[in-house]
Amino acid sequence: MLPFLTRRLIVAALVALAVSAVSFGLMFVAGDPAVVLAGQAGRAQDVEIIRQAYGLDRPMPLQFFSWIGKALTGDFGTSLYFNLPVGAIIAERLPVTLILGSAAFLLALLVSVPLGILASIRPGSALDRAALMLAVFGQAIPSFWLGLILIVVFGVWWSLVPISGTETWQGYILPVIVLSYYAMPALMRMTRAGMIDVLGADYIRTAQAKGLPRIRILLIHALRNAILPLVSLAAVQFGMMLSGSIVIESVFAINGMGRLAWESLLRSDLPVVQAIILILSLIYVTLTTIADLINAWLDPRLRSA
Amino acid sequence: MTMLDLDGRLLQRRRLWRRINASVGIRLGGVLLALIFFIALFAPLLSPHDPIAQDLTRRLLPPFWHASADLAHPLGTDHLGRDYLARLLHGSQVSLGIGIGVTLLAGAIGTMLGLMAGYFGGRVDMLISFVITTRLSLPIVLVALAAVALGGASLRTLAIVLSLLLWDRFAVVVRSATQGLRNREFVQAAVSFGASHLRIMLCSLLPNLRNILIVVATLEVANVILLEAALSFLGLGARPPTPSWGLMIAEGREHILFDPWLIALPGAALCLLILAVNLLGDGVRDALDAKAS
Repeated sequence: MLPFLTRRLIVAALVALAVSAVSFGLMFVAGDPAVVLAGQAGRAQDVEIIRQAYGLDRPMPLQFFSWIGKALTGDFGTSLYFNLPVGAIIAERLPVTLILGSAAFLLALLVSVPLGILASIRPGSALDRAALMLAVFGQAIPSFWLGLILIVVFGVWWSLVPISGTETWQGYILPVIVLSYYAMPALMRMTRAGMIDVLGADYIRTAQAKGLPRIRILLIHALRNAILPLVSLAAVQFGMMLSGSIVIESVFAINGMGRLAWESLLRSDLPVVQAIILILSLIYVTLTTIADLINAWLDPRLRSA
Repeated sequence: MTMLDLDGRLLQRRRLWRRINASVGIRLGGVLLALIFFIALFAPLLSPHDPIAQDLTRRLLPPFWHASADLAHPLGTDHLGRDYLARLLHGSQVSLGIGIGVTLLAGAIGTMLGLMAGYFGGRVDMLISFVITTRLSLPIVLVALAAVALGGASLRTLAIVLSLLLWDRFAVVVRSATQGLRNREFVQAAVSFGASHLRIMLCSLLPNLRNILIVVATLEVANVILLEAALSFLGLGARPPTPSWGLMIAEGREHILFDPWLIALPGAALCLLILAVNLLGDGVRDALDAKAS
């Protein structure tokens, strides 16, 4: 397990370095960052002052590593709009996004895994086909649009939930549903496919021949193996939920990290955007690494891969 | 015990169902998609009005199912008095154009990377796999938004940015398919003829990837259309007055209380298009699977 662990962690560290380079590089997409920082009214000498003040006159690799070095200590620079440390601004918004993402993730698993298992028991049955149909139709609905429609129906017409904000826990209901539903079809299909594969295996036949209760075979013997691909997919989906919440947060006017990123983009507050991209990427790298480690723990054969 | 009978009768039934599902999906999705293609091609002829002509005296007219509707505008008008039916019909051009254009470009990039990784293996594979992992680790919506914002919001920037970002699925699938093909006899034969690497990749390997590429491309078109709509909805994609469905939903948002049909209609159009593409994609995949087994 130890060589696998080391190798996997080295890869994760390299990927983290590469995503940092991308988010650092964004600063240069729009051209000379000093000119961008100086704004439209900036004169040539202002640009020069800014270039020196922000260290933009230094060689690029030097700038990159000093940026990363600071980021590692939690110093993401200063927001151009708030004139406050970026780290503090994000720390204030991150919990909202994490609550939203985690709740949506749990809901997605609670719905899609049991549904996938039920569908896998009898492939081709009415239940199975209904679940697959649901998945096809569900995938066709854009989440931001579903959010708006739910606001109209449950918030405006029936007044069951607040139409925006997260001051009360009721405010989380619709965003969590909308954020989670989009991950459900993929998770459901993966559970179903994994279970169908496993249920055809010889050891399941043996378990049945021994007369074990069916529920035990399904949930203990089969699920343990069927869950392997699901763990990886779940990690990916959770990461995508956190970054996808940018759309949902703007629909429901939730003051999370996603909305902060969007607003910062609209007011060209690049340090905030860079930091958020970096944080989301690092969360994703961590999640997928953990998923790989869980898989290696569940199935020792993977450790040599 | 049904779980035991997976082979034999049940397997047969399953395969039959799969084939029926596949053909229903292909037909339904195909017909729907053909219809939308037709609309996109002939939008200027089908539309009763110019999609960007404003008429502030006829703002926010309701669609035909309201009593006060004006039948000259069957689906009403938006906040600037533009005919909503005309905008909806022209919106199909934006969605299909971006969806197909981006998929082709991204598909070319991803296929090339996947082919090289799968064919050469070793260090090349390691490097390309690393690039793929890095790309997968980036929050796609946010990076696309940032790149579009910095490059100046427009449909063209959006198309370029999405093409440079959405090649991942192609690369992953092509890479593993190529690995499976690399040691087959016909590839080895080409090698022993002394064919160049490029020739082997393009003439021996690529034609054999056709089926997989069709499936991935179809499903990717749906993905691209959804992303374009989401980015335009957030104001960092299509610019007004372009009739993009995502942008129309954003514009309708301010009238969500009294005129919710302004957001309901373009969203429904999006759903229909995505459904058509997905039905077709799933159907083709199932049909190919059934043929393979």
